[in-house]
Order: sequence, then C-alpha cells, then structure tokens
Amino acid sequence: MYSLNSALRVDTPRLDSAEALNAYRENLIAGQDPNQTLVVVCHGTGCMANGSNRVTAAFQNAIEGADIKAKVMPGIKTTGCQGFCSRGPLVLIRPQGLFYQRVKEKDVEEIIQRTLIEGQPVERLLYKDPQTGKRIHTEQEIPFYKLQERVVLHNIGKIDPTDITDAIAAGAYRALAKALSGMTLEQVVSEVEQSGLRGRGGAGFPTGRKWRSAMAAIEKKGRPVYVVVNGDEGDPGAFMDRTIMEGDPHSVLEGLILGAYALGAEQGYLYVRAEYPLAIQHLEIAMAQARELGLLGENILNSGFSFDARINRGAGAFVCGESTALFTSIEGKPGNPRPKYTRSVEEGLWGRPTILNNVETWANVPLIIDKGGDWYAGLGVPHSTGTKVFSLVGKVNNVGLVEVPMGVPVSHIVEAIGGGVPGGAPFKAVQTGGPSGGCIPYHLKETPVDFDSLTKAGSMMGSGAMIVMDDSDCVVDVARYFLRFLEEESCGKCLPCRLGLTRMREMLDAFSKGVGTERDIEDLISLSQAIQDGALCALGSSAPNPVLTTINYFRDEYRAHFSDHKCPAGVCKDLITFSIDPDACTGCRSCARQCPNNCISGEKKQPHVIDANQCIRCGICKETCKFDAVRVS
Amino acid sequence: MAPVGKDMDTILEQYPAKPEYLIFLLQDIQSSYGYISQESMQQASDHAGVPLTQAYSVATFYQSFRLDPSGEHEVRVCLGTACHLKGGQRIVEELERRLNVEAGGTTADMRFTLNTVNCVGACALAPVVVVDDDYHANTTARKLEKHLKKLEHDVTADGEGQGHV
Repeated sequence: MYSLNSALRVDTPRLDSAEALNAYRENLIAGQDPNQTLVVVCHGTGCMANGSNRVTAAFQNAIEGADIKAKVMPGIKTTGCQGFCSRGPLVLIRPQGLFYQRVKEKDVEEIIQRTLIEGQPVERLLYKDPQTGKRIHTEQEIPFYKLQERVVLHNIGKIDPTDITDAIAAGAYRALAKALSGMTLEQVVSEVEQSGLRGRGGAGFPTGRKWRSAMAAIEKKGRPVYVVVNGDEGDPGAFMDRTIMEGDPHSVLEGLILGAYALGAEQGYLYVRAEYPLAIQHLEIAMAQARELGLLGENILNSGFSFDARINRGAGAFVCGESTALFTSIEGKPGNPRPKYTRSVEEGLWGRPTILNNVETWANVPLIIDKGGDWYAGLGVPHSTGTKVFSLVGKVNNVGLVEVPMGVPVSHIVEAIGGGVPGGAPFKAVQTGGPSGGCIPYHLKETPVDFDSLTKAGSMMGSGAMIVMDDSDCVVDVARYFLRFLEEESCGKCLPCRLGLTRMREMLDAFSKGVGTERDIEDLISLSQAIQDGALCALGSSAPNPVLTTINYFRDEYRAHFSDHKCPAGVCKDLITFSIDPDACTGCRSCARQCPNNCISGEKKQPHVIDANQCIRCGICKETCKFDAVRVS
Repeated sequence: MAPVGKDMDTILEQYPAKPEYLIFLLQDIQSSYGYISQESMQQASDHAGVPLTQAYSVATFYQSFRLDPSGEHEVRVCLGTACHLKGGQRIVEELERRLNVEAGGTTADMRFTLNTVNCVGACALAPVVVVDDDYHANTTARKLEKHLKKLEHDVTADGEGQGHV
C-alpha cells in the first residue's frame, strides 16, 4: 500500500507559475535516461488478480540481489493498460519494448538472466500470433495493439500512476499551464465546442454545448457552480473508466480543473464506484500530489484561480450513474432521480449550476486544450469526433480495452482487433451500450461505431461495453439478464419502471420456460414503448432496448422457445436436457463425483448415464468433463 | 463486535457534522464493523444531523450496507454481463448449495457471507469471484470450495487467514 505522506518521491517546492511547471517538466525529462532498462509490470486489477504483484516483488528481490541497473516500476497500470487483460500478468522490458505475457514468479529469473543480462528475448513468453504461429517481440507489432489508436489511453501502460513526476514528464498539466497563462474562460469553452467532443457516458450530448449552457446559467444565477466527475461506471461489462482512473488519474483531474477554470468553479466532486478500490486509491494519491505541487487547491500555479475537489465513494446503486440521482447521492441522500424539467446545468448539485461529465470525457479535455479543438475534430467522423475506448469482453479471443477512432466498423473491433470468437465461428451478436443498449447482429457487422449509426441500428454507444456473443448464448436469456438487472436497480420512484420492468421480466421468464404466444411478443413490444415514453429517467426509458433489438433481429429464436419448446443456444434450463455421449465417455467418474444431485451413474471405465428426471441442469458435469462427452440438447 | 478498522469515535470525529457526510459515516461503519447496528445508525444520524429514518432510508437504498452482522469472510460473485455469459449464475447456485446459504445471507457458523455484485470491472477474468480482497479469475464453484475450506482451516490453525491482494 502506498502512503500519502511519502507519496512524492522528490522534494519539490510548490510550482508558482506556468513557466515553473514547464521548467520542472523539462528538468524531469532531462533527468530521464532513454536507454535505461526498465521492467514495466502491469498492476491493474486484472493482472494483480493473476499475481502481478508477486512478479514485481520477485523482480525487485532478484534485481537488488544481482545488482543490475534497472528500476522496477511497480504500481503501473491496470488490466486496461496494456490492454491484454486475458494475457496477464504482462511485463514490458524497455527500451527494447519486449512484451512478455502470462509471466509467473518462476519466470523472473530467466527474464533477468536471458534478457536483462544477455540481451536476448525469452521466446516462450512472447505473444504468439494465432494466425501465423510466429512469436511477436514487441507490443507495437501485435495486431491487438497495432490496429488501435490510443489517444485517451496514450499514457496508460507507460507512466506510473502513483508518481506525479512521471505523469508531468509525459505531458500532464501542460494544458492547464497553457489555459492559466493565456486563455480566457471563453476560449477554453470554445476549444471544447470546436472539438465536437460528445459525452462518453452514454447519451453523447455535446460537451461544449453543455458547458456553454452552464455559462449562460451562471450569468443568470451567479456562482457557486460545481464540476463533477461521473465515475460510477455501473454498466456491467464496462471498465474503461476504471482503467483511466487507475492508470492515468491525472488526466481526469486535469480535465476537471480545466472545466472548473472555464466556469469559475471552486469545488469539484469525483463520484467513484466503491467496487473500484484501486481507482479511488490512485485518485487520492494523484490529488494529494497535485496539491503538494500547487496544481490543485489555493491559488493554482499562482494564477489567482483556486479549486479543490473531493472523492465521493458510491455505495452500490446503478441508478447513481444517472445525473440527478448522482447529485442527491453526493448530498448524502438515497440516489433517487428527479424529473428533468430543469436541466442539471442550471439546477444540479445543491440546486446550483453543475457540469457533470463522464471520466473518459474529462480525460479528453486536456488533450483538446493542449492540441486544439480542430486537431480533435479531425479524428473520427464528422458527428462523432475523436476516439472511443471500448471494453471488449465475452466470447472473443482478445479480451481487453480497445481504443479506436469513432466510425470504424464493428467487425474491425471484434474481428481484426479482438481476433473473433474462440474456435473461429462467426459471432452471433455484439451487445453495445450495456443494459440500456441493444445488440448488433452478425449481418450488420459493418455498421460504423459512432453515436448515430449505433442508434440507427437500435442500439446505442453507451459507455462503451462491447459484449460479444456466440451461438452458445441465448438472446432471450441475455435480454432477461439485463431486465432482471434493471428491475433490481430501479429506484422504484416511477410506476412505468417499477412495475413495467417486472412485467416484462415475467414475460421473458415464461418464454424461457417454453410458455408464450406470438401475441406475447407483440404485448412485450407495446409495453416497451409505454415504458420508453413514461419512465422518469434514462434507466427506465432505455431499459426495453435490449428486448426490442433482440426481438427485432432474433424473433425466430424467441419463437423457438414457446412454439418448439427449444432453446437453440442450449441455455434456458427448462428447455434443455443433459446427456452423456457413450462414445466419448471414458468412465473416469469425475462427473459422477461432482454431481450435486448424485444422478449420474455407471461403472468405472464404462460410459455413464444421467438420470434426466433427477438432473437439476446445473451444468457442473459439462464443466468437469475433460473429454467433452456431456451433450446439451 | 470489535471493529476491524477505526472505532466509532474516530469515525465520527473524521467528518464535519453535516447531512452530506451521512453516506461517508455509514461506509466507514460498514467497513469497520461489517454491518450497521441500530446503535451505530443512531450515532451516525445524530452526528450528521438527520432523522434516524433518513439514515435508515440511505442504509437500505444502497446495496453495500448491511443491517445484520456479516460473516468472517465475504464471498462476492460477480454477475456482470461477461460473468453471466460464462456461468456466474451457476457459481452462485452451486455456492448456495455447498455453503448451505442463500445469496445475501451468512452461514450459520458466521464464517461466510455470500453476496452477488453487479460487476467488478474485471471482465477479462470472467467468471470472477472476490473472496475478501482476493480476486479469483476464471473460477468454478469447485475451485472456490477448495479455497474456502483452506480459509476455514487457516482460521482454526492460526487465528487469522485472510489473503489480501
């Protein structure tokens, strides 16, 4: 664990001007040796879960012992960082750029001997291209990285997020210095408008327009105003915001400070999910270090502008990702949304004008101020500028974070970068936008991924989760999953959401048991429309999307459930039976030992049989069998 | 029950006496004591200057608060979309059977509390189960049971046994 007191590794006085900050940066860069050997270990939640902290410790011990001139950089990055979460723990050796995957403690000695001392790669730890079978040496040559365009994620995987000097050397706070030393509030807002940036949290509202409206509200109502980071990344399957907060917390903080400067806010809030302890810790460290350097707090860079921020930990409520619910939560109350007759930019937190932006949106702001709105507008496509980070998960070979310019086709992300479905079959559909989104079926795989095209296809951008489904995933089950999720997360304030979602879920439950009629599908669609029209907030009004898109693209699969009493994907428990293929079964007894209901019988080394009447369809036998002898039909 | 972290006085002293700190207070109580007792809820609401009913409404609105004591170890099964597709629900059901407790409940011997969580954001590791602070990647109920048995054993052997990341 890091201690906040000893967080700054160098004795640095407060920086008292933009020039001082720039000089400080140059000094830091001059002090860096580009030829120094560095072992960069990914320390994201994912890699940590796979033991990357033990790998780091092993490097530290061994290097101290062997007296090698290398600095182990611990604490660097999250799963998202180097992207390849499924390949973790990841270790990069600089300056050669060697990329080692699935590194274990026991590999450390070999890496030190072979790579650090002899200068040779350890072949077996390099990534193997599944197409060519060849080992690839560096990160940049791996298709997963090569085909991405990392703009927001540019520092992630390169800097130590717990060391502000590392971030500053990489350019952090350059935009802040630029704004404070020569840009008016108006100019900052104009740059953001010019960039065409749209909110990355889901709805895609133009950020510049939001800021402009807040300025107008301030003229009417005066200050105080507030700026807020929405880090309540609740969409299941999305973790890009977590990665940004963990891997480059200063980018979010700098964006927030710039927003505060543009509006003259003195207080900001970062609302972060409690499920992200590492993100909270890294943000706390980043804020403490920024305060020490005079980049946050009283009289920032001696410019006369003062601003501070604090972190509010979420307490586990999906609805708090909704702006008005988030505000009431910051105020210490249950997170109930309110009707939006008055917009948050006029009446938000504490009833004051407030700008709430998502983590990724804020992280884009320093880049826009630094390089200019026109530069940003040149990325992506006309109405969806810039890049977007997606978390690519589910039935796909390369699971991880992917950043691409807006407007690339779905196939580019899922197939070219993600490597397609394991086994090589085409994907069935990609769910985008989380529980509020919809699915894009395989035949629409060339759909450009931008705000408007996804909406046209019946889905939405959402926060950027992309869940790849294959033939073993049932659309009725997935739609039911999202509905159940939202039903539980509904705050219960308005009737369409509270009762409507329950009713919809009950109808889907019936389908999954083989009960239903064509008429029920029509009723489901009609109820969906009523909820879309009547719900108080976006949680309710977007909840029917997964159901509507799956009915639209996979109506036959719905039908199969109630007309043929079949779940084509073999998921819905009441419609499937488990059996053992006597030709494949070796009679090893593994499944019989694991069966919780003791309903598998057979002699040792003889094919076994499942008693279908006793079977509870838990699937453990299928999971246990090493010979793939358990069949689902 | 003795607090694992800060005691009640320390928690109260940390925050200004304002309603906006109610959630902070309850979070600290939850993490120190594992649940929010009636007495501590009263103290928190007094300190924040809100009626007890409001503290109760907050404590029951948000999922991370518990009003009953929780077990020595918390087992959280992720039910995010990726985990769902890879069998997270099956793990919950299987753990319910093996631990003889329903999701949300605590075993009779107070050893384990079984919870589900919407998404821990570690989708590459699906299905994921977090035991205390330990992430178990690509796991199965069977592997987990082995781990939980070990925890149980460690508890009796040396009086502690939480493995933190």
